[in-house]
Amino acid sequence: MAKGVGQTVNTKTVLEIKNVNRVYTDANESTIEALKGVSLDVAEGEFLAIIGESGCGKTTLLRLIAGLDDPDAGEIRLSGERITGTDPGRGYVFQQNSLFPWMTVEKNIASGLIARGVYDREKQEVPEYIRLVGLDGFEQSYPHQISGGMAQRVAIVRALINKPKVLLLDEPLGALDAFTRADLQDKLLELWQKERATMILVTHDVDEAIYLADRIVIMTPRPGKISEIIPVNLGRPRDRGTVDFLDLRRIILGKLHLANARPEPEYVL
Amino acid sequence: MEKHSSSLLVTKGGRYILLSFVTILGFTIAILANRLFPQIADVVIEPYPVGKLFVIDINELYNLVLLGLILLYVVQAVYSYPDEDRRRMFLSRAPFRFAAGAVLAVWDVLGTKLLLLPQPFFPGPARILEAFLAEGDYVLENTLYSLRLFASGFFLGVAAGVGTGILIGWFPKIYYWVYPVLKITGVIPAVAWMPFALTLLPTPFAAATFLIVICAWFPIASTTAQGIASTPKVLFEAARTLGAKTSFLMFRVAIPHAMPQIFTGISIANAFAFTTLVMAEMMGQPGGLGYYINASKVWSAYYKVLAAIVVMAILFSLILWVVGLIQSRVLRWQRGLVKQ
Ligand SMILES: Nc1ncnc2c1ncn2[C@@H]1O[C@H](COP(=O)(O)OP(=O)(O)OP(=O)(O)O)[C@@H](O)[C@H]1O
Ligand SMILES: [Mg+2]
Repeated sequence: MAKGVGQTVNTKTVLEIKNVNRVYTDANESTIEALKGVSLDVAEGEFLAIIGESGCGKTTLLRLIAGLDDPDAGEIRLSGERITGTDPGRGYVFQQNSLFPWMTVEKNIASGLIARGVYDREKQEVPEYIRLVGLDGFEQSYPHQISGGMAQRVAIVRALINKPKVLLLDEPLGALDAFTRADLQDKLLELWQKERATMILVTHDVDEAIYLADRIVIMTPRPGKISEIIPVNLGRPRDRGTVDFLDLRRIILGKLHLANARPEPEYVL
Repeated sequence: MEKHSSSLLVTKGGRYILLSFVTILGFTIAILANRLFPQIADVVIEPYPVGKLFVIDINELYNLVLLGLILLYVVQAVYSYPDEDRRRMFLSRAPFRFAAGAVLAVWDVLGTKLLLLPQPFFPGPARILEAFLAEGDYVLENTLYSLRLFASGFFLGVAAGVGTGILIGWFPKIYYWVYPVLKITGVIPAVAWMPFALTLLPTPFAAATFLIVICAWFPIASTTAQGIASTPKVLFEAARTLGAKTSFLMFRVAIPHAMPQIFTGISIANAFAFTTLVMAEMMGQPGGLGYYINASKVWSAYYKVLAAIVVMAILFSLILWVVGLIQSRVLRWQRGLVKQ
């Protein structure tokens, strides 16, 4: 793992999000502005983290980028092309478990190749990716037979095997214990450096964001919007114990508190 | 530690052998009762020629059948011993098998030796076997007729049920138009359509097949539709982000997800289909076990009726066993995921 690889040397914008709005109507007909006027440029090969309290529209934003949902206003372009619908070039790792329970680990990882109809040509990739995330020996296991950490590794390489330009990760490590989490964070960096994909990671964990990202996007709810973008000017590999790391942590936590403190408390009489 | 576990093994092994004896003891008693208990009632026991060389009477055949059962259980005891689960299964059935043998012995004494049971309704167990000795070919012919009818109706029913179930679960329009029809016709016992089927279809066989098809169709179609419609959205979305087209979403996501429910439908349909089969045969078929029961009843040959019932029980158990095998193969991904 070479030092400094993956830093944003390249500043060519690959993903442009322009003035995006998304309004949901819930069961009792009231509207929720999940996203309002969100604009963001993401550089090619960048590792971007999105952080913010629950309900601030992080998943909504990722779903729009993935093409699983459409914006009500504004537009999103990948390499200049407007996004309509899903595409294997935009991989997605879901917040909840999304492995196919009836497929073995091997088949789950191969499912992208099968779905695109290139399995026969590219199936030699499958064992490579299995080895890459250390799942050797579990090829024939079913999802319910492996641990949560393994399942997330399967979900990540399942998306990566399609060689996406952008990989969208919605709290992929959220449900894991601290050790597995730290381990998978390093694995994620390794994959990022190897695949050179642009990564957009949603997380609740400030340490995780600082440890992994080139830039951190802070979002606030009601309406969901970007409140601040903070560059992480730390060399790689990073050390969670350095003064710079801890300083940045304090700053971001401060901003999150500020962001969470609402101007008017919402009392209902 | 070593000593302890080996002594445990000895007592375990000892218990196993003991219970294996209990398993075959009942049938041994049944043989002894048949051989040793004097024939008090005045009953004719005719010998029947089998092939050109052998002559056998019903008591001898009855003993042979019991001996066959004993041999089967001895083989099973030896086969089950190395495997923990199979061993436990075998042991758990020992008391029941003992009781089955004992009941046969009592029945034999009361039904044939003393003739205390009202005749001709309750012939002894050996007498039932007379049906096979006297007209084995005819019983076989009717069994094959039933089997053919069941197979054609059931396979078509499964195909129709799974097919429509998928369409109903997948397309909201089809759900809207077809599901109510399914719900209304589903509650009507299939044999109610018999008069129409017999007049509208060219042969009685086709008519009965049709009835089995519709009775299997309903439960399979509705459980399949539920299975398809209840597929978690996130699985479709995951597939779409991986580049899936409609065919992948249907054949690799929705249908595999519906498989457990499809098999639930198939199990229900299986029982329905068997009932419909026998009823249809009793209502106007040129053959089959149901027909055989009807034909025998006319002559008050109740031992033949019972023989047909025994054949049905064996046949249906075999069908259930085969379906179970296929199910555990197809749903092997569920092993350990659901309570079995
Ligand atoms: N399909 C939907 N229908 C109605 N409201 C929705 C829908 N999806 C999201 N919302 C609402 O939009 C807002 C943003 O939701 P979103 O899932 O993007 O939040 P999030 O930041 O991902 O939260 P979390 O951290 O809890 O995952 C929430 O108030 C949510 O209730
Ligand atoms: Mg979310």
